[in-house]
Amino acid sequence: MSELALSTRGLNKSFGSLVVAKDIGIALPRGVRYALIGPNGAGKTTLINLMTGMLRPDGGQIMLGGEDITALGPEQRVRRGLVRTFQINSLFPHLTPLEAVTLTICERERIARTWWRPTSNYRAAIDEAYDILKSLMLGESCYRQTRELPYGQQRLLEIALALATRPKVLLLDEPAAGVPREESAELFTAITSLSQDITVLFIEHDMELVFRLAARIIVMVSGGILLEGTPEEISADPRVREVYLGGAHG
Amino acid sequence: MTVTSPALTGPHQHFDAQIRWRTIEIVFWLATLLPFVVTPNYLSLASQIAVTALFALSLDLILGYAGIVSLGHAAFFGFGAYTAGLIAKWGWGEPLSGLVIAGLAAGLLGFVMSFVIARFRHLALIMITLGFGLLLLELANSASWLTGGADGLQGVRMWPLLGLFKFDLYGFVAYWYALIVLFVLFLVARRLTNSPFGLSLRGIRENSVRMRAIGAESRPHIRTIYTISAIMAGVAGAVLTQTTETVSLGVLDFQRSADILVILILGGTGRLYGGLIGAIIYMIARDWFSGVNPQYWYFPIGVLLIAVVLFLPNGILGGIAQLVDTERGRRWFGWLTSPPWRRP
Repeated sequence: MSELALSTRGLNKSFGSLVVAKDIGIALPRGVRYALIGPNGAGKTTLINLMTGMLRPDGGQIMLGGEDITALGPEQRVRRGLVRTFQINSLFPHLTPLEAVTLTICERERIARTWWRPTSNYRAAIDEAYDILKSLMLGESCYRQTRELPYGQQRLLEIALALATRPKVLLLDEPAAGVPREESAELFTAITSLSQDITVLFIEHDMELVFRLAARIIVMVSGGILLEGTPEEISADPRVREVYLGGAHG
Repeated sequence: MTVTSPALTGPHQHFDAQIRWRTIEIVFWLATLLPFVVTPNYLSLASQIAVTALFALSLDLILGYAGIVSLGHAAFFGFGAYTAGLIAKWGWGEPLSGLVIAGLAAGLLGFVMSFVIARFRHLALIMITLGFGLLLLELANSASWLTGGADGLQGVRMWPLLGLFKFDLYGFVAYWYALIVLFVLFLVARRLTNSPFGLSLRGIRENSVRMRAIGAESRPHIRTIYTISAIMAGVAGAVLTQTTETVSLGVLDFQRSADILVILILGGTGRLYGGLIGAIIYMIARDWFSGVNPQYWYFPIGVLLIAVVLFLPNGILGGIAQLVDTERGRRWFGWLTSPPWRRP
C-alpha cells in the first residue's frame, strides 16, 4: 500500500445526534487529482477538518503514506506533508504576501526560532518565497499588505502558503469560492500546473471545472461516501444525478 | 518607525528596508540627549521616563508583536525591582551585575509563567495575568520581613557605576544609566522583531489558526518571547530601584500594569517606538497636570486617553503613520522615514 498518499479507514464523527462523518474510507494514490463533490452539508469540509487534524474523529484511522497520523496535531501533519487551504480566506491581513510566504518557509526550515539574525540574511528563503508567489502571478502585488489585495489574489495566496510547506498531499477547500467565473481561470491554471508529485483533493461546486480538472471524483452525501470513480462513471451514475446533479447535466 | 512603502526593486530590498535606520529614528535618539542641556533640573523625571519606556517596550514585544494581552506585567517589573533592591541591601551594590541578576530572576519567573500563558488567549489571558499580578503583590505585602511590606525596602545602597560615577541627587548619572540600558535593550528588541522569529510572532498575532495550518507551533514562540519580555520588564524595575535606592510595593501594583498598557496603547502597539513615545507623553502630562492640580490630575489624563482612542485608534504613532503614508505625506516627510544615506 506504499503508493497510497493518503487513506482513511472507518472515519466517524458526530456532533450530538448529528452525524457528520459516517464510516469514511478513501484511498488516494500518489499524484492523482481528486475532486470531492456533494450537496451543501454533505460533510466535505468536515472530512478535510478530520484529515488535517482540525477536528478529532470519534473513531477510525488516517494514514499518510505508510504512517498512522490519527493522533497527531495539525501542525505535525503539515510537517509530514498533509496541507490544506481554507474555504474562507484565513490569511495574515497585516503581513505582505512576501512576508507570509517567507514566514512559512522559515517555519518549514526550522529557522523561525532565530531571533538574532535579520530575516533579510536568509536570501534563499526569500528567493524561494518570491518564486512561489511569481508562479501564482502574485509577483507584482507581493509587497502590499494582504488585506489590500483583491479577493482573487487572496485566494491565490492561500495556495501559495500551502505550497510553501512543500506538501505531498494538498487539500483545497473550494479554492475558487467567491471568485467570479472569469477570474477563476488563473486559479485553476495554477492548480493544474502543480507538480505531478503532489496528490490533490479539491472541493468544488462548479461541475464543469470538476470534470475538466479531476482524474477521479468522490461523491459525498449526508456524511457518507456515496460513490467514487472516474468523471465518466460519476456522470453516468443515476444515483449521483438524483442526489446531486438533479438532472442538470442532462 | 512608520509604515511607508519606499520604492522597492525586489524581494530582498523589501526585507532590507525593514532593518535600515531611518532619519527620524536617529533624530529621536539624539533628542533623548536634550534633557541634559535643555532641562537639567528634570533629569530624575527623564530617567523615570526612560524606565517606563523600557517597561512599555517589554510589553510591546508580547502585546504588539505576539498579540498576548497582559494586565499583570508589573509582576516582572516588581520582581526585578525587589531582586535588585535585595541584592544591594545584602551588601552587593554593584549596579551592572545587579541589573543582570535582576533581569535573569524576572526572566526565570517569566519562563515558568509562560507555560501557562502559552495555553490561553484573549479574555482568559487578562484574568490570568491580572490574578498573577495581584498574587505577587500580596506575597510581597505579607512577606514584610523580606520586602519591608508597606513601608518599602530600606537600606538599598548602590555603589558607583563602573566604580567611577556615583548616583547623584540631580539624576545626572541616573539618566545616563537608564538611557543607555534602554537603548541597548531597544537594539535587542529591534533586531528581534526583524528576525524570522519576529516574523513568526507577527504571524501568531495575525492568525494563530493559520499558523498551525502552515506547520508552525505557536507555543514555543510564545514561551520565548514571554521570557524575553519578562527579562526586559525586570531590568526596567531594577533600573528604577538602583536609581532611586528604594523599592515600594507600588512597583507591583495593579495601577502600574494598567498604566503601562495605557501608555503603550496611547503611543501605538507593534511599532517599538509606540511605548517610548507613549511614556514620554504620559509621564510629562502626569507631571505637569499634577503640578497644576494635585487633587484631580487624573481628569485631564482621562480626557487625553479618550481623545486618542476616538481619533487615533492605532495610537499616536499609528495616526502619524497614516498621515505620512499618503501621496503628500511621502513628499513632505519621506526623507524622515527613509535612511539618511543611500547604500552604495
